[in-house]
Amino acid sequence: MSLKEQIRQEMPCQDPQVRSANFEEVALGYSEEQAVKEAARCIQCKKPRCREGCPVEVLIPDFIKAVAERDFAGAAVKLKEKNALPAICGRVCPQESQCEQKCILGVKSEPVAIGRLERFVADWEMAQGADAPEAAPANGEKVAVIGAGPAGLTCAAELAKLGYAVTVFEALHTAGGVLMYGIPEFRLPKAIVDKEIANLRRLGVDLQFNAVIGRSVTVEELMNERGYAAVFLGTGAGLPNFMGIPGENLCGVFSANEFLTRTNLMKGFRFPEYGTPVKLGRKVAVLGAGNVAMDAARTAVRLGAEEVTIVYRRSDQEMPARAEEIEHAREEGVQFKLLTNPVEIIGDENGWVKAMKCLRYELGEPDASGRRKPVAIPGSEFIMDMDTVIVAIGTGPNPLATQSTEGLELNRRGNIVADEEGRTSIAGVFAGGDIVTGAATVILAMGAGKKAARAIDAYITAKSAEAAN
Amino acid sequence: MYPIVRKEILSASVKLFDLKAPLVAAKAKAGQFFILRADEKGERIPLTIADFDREQGTITAIFQEIGAGTRLLGQLEVGDAVLDVVGPLGVPSEIERFDGPVVVVGGGVGIAPIYPIARALKEAGNRVISIIGARNRELLFWEDKMAAVSDALIVCTDDGSYGRKGFVTDALKEFYEANGDLQRVWAIGPMPMMRAIANTTRPMGVHTIVSMNPLMMDGTGMCGACRVLVGGETKFACVDGPEFDGHLVDFDLALKRLAIYRDEEKRALAALEHHHEGGRCGCH
Repeated sequence: MSLKEQIRQEMPCQDPQVRSANFEEVALGYSEEQAVKEAARCIQCKKPRCREGCPVEVLIPDFIKAVAERDFAGAAVKLKEKNALPAICGRVCPQESQCEQKCILGVKSEPVAIGRLERFVADWEMAQGADAPEAAPANGEKVAVIGAGPAGLTCAAELAKLGYAVTVFEALHTAGGVLMYGIPEFRLPKAIVDKEIANLRRLGVDLQFNAVIGRSVTVEELMNERGYAAVFLGTGAGLPNFMGIPGENLCGVFSANEFLTRTNLMKGFRFPEYGTPVKLGRKVAVLGAGNVAMDAARTAVRLGAEEVTIVYRRSDQEMPARAEEIEHAREEGVQFKLLTNPVEIIGDENGWVKAMKCLRYELGEPDASGRRKPVAIPGSEFIMDMDTVIVAIGTGPNPLATQSTEGLELNRRGNIVADEEGRTSIAGVFAGGDIVTGAATVILAMGAGKKAARAIDAYITAKSAEAAN
Repeated sequence: MYPIVRKEILSASVKLFDLKAPLVAAKAKAGQFFILRADEKGERIPLTIADFDREQGTITAIFQEIGAGTRLLGQLEVGDAVLDVVGPLGVPSEIERFDGPVVVVGGGVGIAPIYPIARALKEAGNRVISIIGARNRELLFWEDKMAAVSDALIVCTDDGSYGRKGFVTDALKEFYEANGDLQRVWAIGPMPMMRAIANTTRPMGVHTIVSMNPLMMDGTGMCGACRVLVGGETKFACVDGPEFDGHLVDFDLALKRLAIYRDEEKRALAALEHHHEGGRCGCH
């Protein structure tokens, strides 16, 4: 079989017409037959470049080989050696810029669908009822993890496997961070996240909800009064940015965080059965073109908005969202108004949004990020009628945890300064994920959590050895 | 779970719970709030901490049944528990010893959150004048508790059914005209009342602090539902407040934002009433 004949297995999806009216998962997952066929495409490179593209170094050829041999249980074991949350990563990782980008088949044909196979194996294992993961005997040391997002959960899982007594402190009433409040049900079913979290509990990880770092508990108390040998800060980038334009506080203007949290975490799409309402007009503008913007736009479609428009100041080439999500959004009827940016949101006499004053843009020279800089066209002002505006232009670090921790070095953006291993300016305090890097991806946060776990283990081991001498 | 250890019915629509929440009680300071969620399907409801007992590990919540969420909450009894309690949240009141009398004003359910502030001011050695008011006698509560932490207490009702007839603003103006020399005013109550107090003290030049009660969801700064315009700057009440300089708050905007979900709130209430009238819920 030549490379050309090997066609990448398509992902079965819900029909766009049907799915744009429900919150069920869009991508349906491979069948066993499809998975085995796709796995057979992997040529089992001696030096697998795909692994270099994976932030948690999943044993990609090994697990795929097991799939090709129909040893799905064996595949799951291989996969979980390196990845604590495979059902999630297989769904939300941007594989096209990570593992799959490095796949050698991609040079002449299409890369192996590593993410889809990862998802298949994780789902298969969940359906079988997975065995309890194995942990080392308790070593008597306590570690606190702040934030139950992907970074914190991964760090907690790794430390628990090493025998640490781990407590995760989470401000919200549930674990998962952005996996629960941000990424919608139709991309990542919450039941899947719940199952992955149940696995963590089986490792012995203690989850404490409703604990706000900096208010209900501080890092100093954890280390000096409550006997935690180390603390990992994985508090994310949860502070929504606004545009800073007139009219932004009008009724009908929401941060994407608010809109998505109401819908996902609080299940506002099932209001009034669930107590939290979501407000949406007929004409919805979503500002921004990242994954969060796509999630917000597609959620608005499902909540029944008549017209949903992504408004973005660059062109389609520069949109930061995953290609697949942009395509899904288009299929579901989301409009794209590119090279456009609002300069003012206009309200009616009752203080509600009625329109946006926008400028048209053209692309100039590439800026420091390598993207062509958008330049406003003078005199291009125009009005877009609108009754809801969702701002999805990014998030910054929430300052609650960092402000309450004396001696913690921050950069000028308010992110924690930490080295490759997650060490901060305070001995015994580690950090990783979006709170260090700014808003990035789930898998990078997981990678950071994993590295920090190793560094925490090294730190505590060295300290114990010192104490013993 | 956070058990309800005491329930008191303060008026037909105002109820009090003592909740077992040791971590919140251990840290609570005057001016802070917490968020509770009664059950899996419930919304997150922000409530100011009306009192706390560090030894017992309890906090006191007082709420008025105005929507579906608070109506359902009011049906809970001692022995029941709420699913989530998170706090303390927000910045505590800045309590210090002032060179002269301070006034605290509590309107309606605002009497509850003004109480710990009055107590803290008193404990700090201030001369505390308290003004509490409600629409009628029925809706007044904690006169005794307020009296115990005040050097003087003025009680008013809009309809004159108890105490002085008239608004809390009238009482404040009268006190100022008779005594002058006010160092600080704290006002907590419905937004129109806080606006009226701010408008009353502006010409007096008395620094006035209001505790904003906008819509909130997470209460930890991640959504901006609670944003208020203060001196032309956008602030998140849950992390930057809830207390702000009353002379700088844009109350018009705040009042409009408070009504964002009015239609949905009506729908939820109607659904709740329908549900109960139908008698299918099995809770009667």
